[in-house]
Amino acid sequence: MSASINHSGPNAAPAAIQVAQIVKRYGDFEAVKGISFAVDEGEIFGLLGPNGAGKSTLIRMMTTLVPITSGRAIVAGHDVSRDADAVRRLIGVIPQALTSDQDLTVEENLSIYAKLYSVPRVQREKNIAEVLEAVDLSKWRGAQTKTLSGGMRRRLEIARGLVHDPRIFFLDEPTTGLDPVSRIAVWEMLNNLKKTRNLTMLLTTHYMEEADRLCDRIAIVDHGTLVALGTPVELKQSVPGSNVVEVQFNREDPLWNARLEQLPDVTEVQSQSAGVYRVLTSNGSRTTTQLVEMASGLGESLNSLSVQNTSLDDVFVHYTGRQLRDEQVKAVTFLMPPRPGAQP
Amino acid sequence: MNRMFAIVEREMRKFFRSPVLMVMSMMLPVVQLIILGNAYGGHIRGARVALVDHDHGPQAVKIREAFDAIASNIRTFTTIDYPNEVQAREDVRTGKVEAAVIIPSQYSRRVYAQDAPRIGLVVDNSDQFMSSAIEAQMQSLVQALDQPAIQPRLVKNIALQIVELYPYVEYMKFLLAGTIALAMYISVMIGGGMLYIDDKARGVHEGYLVTPITKLELVMGLNIAGSIKAVLAGISLTVIGSLLSGLGTIFHPAALLQLFLLILGASIAFNGMMFLMMVRVDDPLVPRAIFGVLNTLLFFPSGAVFPIAAFPRWLRAVAIVDPFTYVVHGLQAVLLKDGGFAAIRFDLFFLFTFGIGTLLIATSLFKRTL
Repeated sequence: MSASINHSGPNAAPAAIQVAQIVKRYGDFEAVKGISFAVDEGEIFGLLGPNGAGKSTLIRMMTTLVPITSGRAIVAGHDVSRDADAVRRLIGVIPQALTSDQDLTVEENLSIYAKLYSVPRVQREKNIAEVLEAVDLSKWRGAQTKTLSGGMRRRLEIARGLVHDPRIFFLDEPTTGLDPVSRIAVWEMLNNLKKTRNLTMLLTTHYMEEADRLCDRIAIVDHGTLVALGTPVELKQSVPGSNVVEVQFNREDPLWNARLEQLPDVTEVQSQSAGVYRVLTSNGSRTTTQLVEMASGLGESLNSLSVQNTSLDDVFVHYTGRQLRDEQVKAVTFLMPPRPGAQP
Repeated sequence: MNRMFAIVEREMRKFFRSPVLMVMSMMLPVVQLIILGNAYGGHIRGARVALVDHDHGPQAVKIREAFDAIASNIRTFTTIDYPNEVQAREDVRTGKVEAAVIIPSQYSRRVYAQDAPRIGLVVDNSDQFMSSAIEAQMQSLVQALDQPAIQPRLVKNIALQIVELYPYVEYMKFLLAGTIALAMYISVMIGGGMLYIDDKARGVHEGYLVTPITKLELVMGLNIAGSIKAVLAGISLTVIGSLLSGLGTIFHPAALLQLFLLILGASIAFNGMMFLMMVRVDDPLVPRAIFGVLNTLLFFPSGAVFPIAAFPRWLRAVAIVDPFTYVVHGLQAVLLKDGGFAAIRFDLFFLFTFGIGTLLIATSLFKRTL
């Protein structure tokens, strides 16, 4: 499926990544169903979607890890299927799991990866010093990785992906499992890296806020298809209604949905759990006033009421018909216990 | 090449940072060497034999004197006087005594009359080891009693003169070769197989696969590291085991070189075999599940604990393709027999060929993608 907004970036620079009608099939199951998009040089591009949407499969195809069933992916000017080695030399990849060796020091982890990319000794030492500075781990250069916190380990992983000075950086859910403070630190670091190194970044995430704050453009992926693509602002504007009024009535009534839909300026009403309604409206203040008046006229009281701007969550609901949060809850419910030897 | 050595460097740094692997790969073989070596190696001593003497004549006294000599010298067994044969037989059956000797009435008279004198021996043949030892002792005793008091001038009996090429080999020394092979196998299974699959499950290999490393460099890197670990385990066990069992071979330079080549060949063969089995495995439970089965399947048919000649035909076939067989044969040839290169030439040929062959097959099966 093609994107509903646009495929090209905001400027006319040559595309760093071009994906055309890419498909991945596992037997009868189609994990990725003909997705197309392009990522411009120096852009941070986000693939947003719930677990199982096909984001990781997509990133694995682009990073030569998984063979492409059909379609074409060009990364840094090289065809992923035909010239995989050239692609590998030009990309840095941060997998979802923390895979740095806990028994090795920070520097040893970086050094071994630099050697895997055949970085010469002098250049290697220079690169290691630079990336450690960039991720603020210079002080921990000689520390064993097992002594680092989760956030620091994630920063080490990012440094590891940069140690050979790649042109394109792929990050698969870079902040999953991090606490909010570490997450914000990683976002700031990625933003700095983009500015200082002119890196093209493609990241997958299921955090709306992460996509909103980090990405120049976002592709929403669901069930292996691309359902929307654009800048965060474009995506939000594409949803009817510029504000969201969230209201909880004291008494639950099946008629609330219909009553709210009849209010002027309201474009969509989403019923949530615990009697909470999300009302999308083109005029938040007027809808709020009318809603309070309607409740008071019916002799009902409100438990809570809030007005906010349209978020990517609303965009996701608009394009997929359900909430990303619900998908995550479902996915967490079916999480398997960790394998033996798996790192936390 | 640099990329291959980066893999080796990573594996070796991890190995030396975590000595648990080294200790664990040595623990079982050393314990086995000490326990089995001492348990199986000794002679039977202090067994209890019931003696039922219905004769009490001069020839019966002669037998008693022979028993006393055994009890105070070789000490295989001591005798306990029993009043009747039924009780003695019952006590053998219930395990109160290990055997019973019956000297029938008229025994002395029959000896003098040369009227086919007999001594009865009741043994518990459910314990083959014990019954064989007592039977052997009684056979030599009867043979001594059969000797005429005055030797004839011409000896008609054919005598077998046994020449033992080597000093007496205690069981612990015999077991050492198998123990060294076992230590290397454990090192390969834990330090190679299990860590390899665990790394795969953790996503470490995913990290390798996005780099420009080639399939051959990655496989060779992992196997060179695995072989170095196994060689270190083999050398350590050779030194520890030789000191424990009192073998001085390790102090001869030529033997040391032969031992090193055998250990190197064994490491490459075990690693190749393990990698071939694990090359398409993703589940960390698999190497753990097959560890014990493989241990039994490879260690016991190798001749490490029992001679291959005693095996049924199908088990001999297993022994022929089992790399353990050649490791054990080679190590025994060097450690116990000082056989030189001629004795281990075929073992070395088999081990290196097997190792390189399995590695080449494993490399072709290795997937460069997930």
